[in-house]
Amino acid sequence: MQNLTQKSLRVLLTLAAMAGLPAIAWASGGSLLPVIPEAQDRYSATQGCVEPTAEMRRNHMEYILHQRDETVHNGIRTTQYSLKECINCHVSDAPDAPRYSSDEHFCNSCHSYAAVRIDCFQCHADRPVKTPGPHMSSGHAKSDNKPAALSAEPHQALAIEVIRHD
Amino acid sequence: MTDNANIDTYRRRFLGNTATALAGLSVAPGVFLHEVAQARSADEPVTSDVRWGMLIDTNKCANGCNDCVTACNDEHGLTGHGRPETDAQWIRKVDLRDKQTGHTQSLPLLCQHCEHPPCVDVCPTGASFRRDDGIVLVDKHICIGCRYCMMACPYKARSFIHEDLQDQLPHAPRGKGTVESCTFCVHRVDAGRTPACVEACTAENHNAMVFGDINDPGSDISKQLRQHSSRQIRADLDLNTGVRYRGI
Repeated sequence: MQNLTQKSLRVLLTLAAMAGLPAIAWASGGSLLPVIPEAQDRYSATQGCVEPTAEMRRNHMEYILHQRDETVHNGIRTTQYSLKECINCHVSDAPDAPRYSSDEHFCNSCHSYAAVRIDCFQCHADRPVKTPGPHMSSGHAKSDNKPAALSAEPHQALAIEVIRHD
Repeated sequence: MTDNANIDTYRRRFLGNTATALAGLSVAPGVFLHEVAQARSADEPVTSDVRWGMLIDTNKCANGCNDCVTACNDEHGLTGHGRPETDAQWIRKVDLRDKQTGHTQSLPLLCQHCEHPPCVDVCPTGASFRRDDGIVLVDKHICIGCRYCMMACPYKARSFIHEDLQDQLPHAPRGKGTVESCTFCVHRVDAGRTPACVEACTAENHNAMVFGDINDPGSDISKQLRQHSSRQIRADLDLNTGVRYRGI
């Protein structure tokens, strides 16, 4: 009798736990799918992003990679596929806006879900910078250890000395 | 016959007038073409019709003035770690003294944007390259940080980023493990503006730096190069530098 009570209690508890899991998931945002922040603008009246959304979700990296080479090597600075414009539209410039390290950042919301690790933002800005940055030169140390190109020229080395080289 | 002669005269006059008119036009397009070159639209690739260059007049460059260096650091978000040996430096001031006469002069030293850049010759990956308009750049996507280019550069113009960086500016991506140097402010040049150092020098009324297209005979820099004697640093290396100096 006692055994039966314990058993039925265990079954009840298991059932309760199974019923409770989705309830917890519901409470924490409804779904296990990534929550992708809204873009700040639309590309056109009929299209949200620069290409149809499904195409962008699958192939955005191809567009960015192509544009990257065009920009760096050929100086082409069209905005349609530029990473800078992705960021300008998809990330807020508020000071407390999530950075790439956060799952709430537009790019990382999906990348963390899909277990993709990118290194774009080791160099590139992960947020729009619409105003010029703070005055940063004050902390810049001067180097006096770089040898002078000027003194390397033989006939100059005799007549001219480098007295400051910072 | 007389009719023919009349027609010939008429034709000659007409052709003569047209040729004069065309000649008049072709002077204007000299300027016009240059304008087009500068205001290249965003979807047009750079071409070798333009070669960007800089002329620095050391007579106007004041001892102790650091405006160009400050402007460069601000423009690209170059911050130091207080370690002068390794902190990034795209432009620096060099003071010189003639040992015999004691005459001192000061000049900014930056990437000289050579026509035959040694940094490009030695790069094992193709990351160090010269754009068609003469600007020498590092494609940091391809750079493996080997630093051969730093050793090859006779001007010590390049820096290596040793540490993780944060809060880079959108127009100046920089990151650990890559080499970098003066880009002639390529993001500004592509937008038809002048480099930050030149802008700062001019804004402070020093006017020691001139930037422009040295392929265009009508540009300010070409006129000044034609009028005054100028030098390349280490001209003996035959690199045909894009940066020229007056007064050294």
